[in-house]
Amino acid sequence: MASPTPIPLPETALAITGLTVAYGSVPAVATVSARFPKGSMTAVIGPNGAGKSTLLKAALGLIPALTGEVRAFGQPVPRAMPRIAYVPQRAAVDWDFPARVIDVVQMGLYRQTGLLGRLTPALRARAADCLDRLGMAGFATRQIGALSGGQQQRVFLARALAQDADLVILDEPFAGVDAATESAIIAVLHGLRAQGRTVIAVHHDLSTVPAYFDRVLLLNRHVIAEGPTAATFRRATVAEAYGNQLLTAIPA
Amino acid sequence: MTGSEFVPFTLPPLVIATLAAIACAAPGNFLLLRRQAMLGDAMAHVVLPGLVAAFLLTGSAAPPVMLGGALAAAAFSAGLIELIRRATGADPGAAMGVTFTAMFAAGVLLLETSGAAAVHLDVEHALYGNLEGLIWIEAAGWSSLTDPAALASLPPELPLLAAIAAGILLLLALLWRPLAIATFDEGFAATMGIPTRTLSAALTGLTALAAVAAFSAVGSILTIAMLVCPPATARLLTDSLPRQLALSILVAALSAILGTLIAGYLPLALGLSFTVSAAGTIAALSGLFLGLAATLSPRRHPAQRGA
Repeated sequence: MASPTPIPLPETALAITGLTVAYGSVPAVATVSARFPKGSMTAVIGPNGAGKSTLLKAALGLIPALTGEVRAFGQPVPRAMPRIAYVPQRAAVDWDFPARVIDVVQMGLYRQTGLLGRLTPALRARAADCLDRLGMAGFATRQIGALSGGQQQRVFLARALAQDADLVILDEPFAGVDAATESAIIAVLHGLRAQGRTVIAVHHDLSTVPAYFDRVLLLNRHVIAEGPTAATFRRATVAEAYGNQLLTAIPA
Repeated sequence: MTGSEFVPFTLPPLVIATLAAIACAAPGNFLLLRRQAMLGDAMAHVVLPGLVAAFLLTGSAAPPVMLGGALAAAAFSAGLIELIRRATGADPGAAMGVTFTAMFAAGVLLLETSGAAAVHLDVEHALYGNLEGLIWIEAAGWSSLTDPAALASLPPELPLLAAIAAGILLLLALLWRPLAIATFDEGFAATMGIPTRTLSAALTGLTALAAVAAFSAVGSILTIAMLVCPPATARLLTDSLPRQLALSILVAALSAILGTLIAGYLPLALGLSFTVSAAGTIAALSGLFLGLAATLSPRRHPAQRGA
């Protein structure tokens, strides 16, 4: 009798177990556990102050966690970090910084160039290509302070593309961007998913969740629900996360 | 102005002021972009109690002793700022403001009540430095620049500042890429494996070193001016970080050279019977350059905001 072939579980890109983060004595997120399968695209949703950004930052080790374990691709996060790209909120940086668009994209190549490393022609071409994938090829030498919000967001995503990461974590990539930018970004993110890469994004616009994301993590300091969009993104669960507001846009 | 007069009396203060200006202006670029310009202010002020305490403890005013005392005071104040922030929840600017004014005032009191004032230090010295006092007494003229015996009697501040300025520029060059990335986007930098906390501490250390080395020669006013004004001027003239650093060094050197010459010669040339402080003139010039850049720079664009 043939030995039963084990059904392979989808490999996990990011696994968060029992993560608690507090600012002072107030817990921002409490004992959060969540799994993000490889090749999935997950929306992290929840009301303001739900701890969405905090969860992602703590998972990446950018802010200290009180308890919990986070593993990426089966390894501790610091070791897996070269396979992870992080796109902070656009408002987190000062865009008046003296740099051109291409300078920012080339920051994504830091691991290839190192402390003193010069950019080879191949790396320069890679940075230019990443910019082009977001329709920003004509802006390479533009001062970043002169960009619109949507253009800044595209530059940030181009920098993440330059990292060639298997897991891309974005904090509110669609906040305050124009419709053209939103569709350009979502096309790139769906392209990444099609290549088997994993995308996690803090998202605010509930109406676009089913169209953009195949998985949802509903958060309000603790996990309300987690799973495939079709099963998880339901009026009852969303209402639980957001408080009982009228949510006619959500399937019952 | 002849060599026999210029070389011993004007050249050393001019070179020392230039080196001090460059040592401060270079790290000042990053402080400015990190909105930490106040840190330079704090460092320049806390040097005073460090100098006085080091003098009282050792009885020596030799440059290495002074440097050690001032660095210890800078480290102590960095710790105190952090303590105040955590204990009271005050914002960093307020914590720095409290720390450096209190420590500077304590330094003044210590200076006045101890014997230190009579020997080497006084309050005016702390504010304006002692540029005019840094003369090269053995120098006979331009030929002394190639005379080893005469060179040995250069004011000790000169080689010390030269070494520190060179060290600061070298370290900034080595740390350039990680420092630039961490200054622009600290969270992203951390995910790229850049040790952001260590870099931040290194920048504080470099600033302290520059401020301490500059302080005893040029005083706190010029130290603060050179940490802030040349980088702020350069920022108005370019949108490139490497060019900003280069321009800030140029503005710093230009302020120092012109300021020393103006202070030394202009009042006499105008037939006035007094001289003015070189440090004060340099600081005022650097402020003037900033004003000119703000008024005339064609590159300044109002950043477009919104989608």
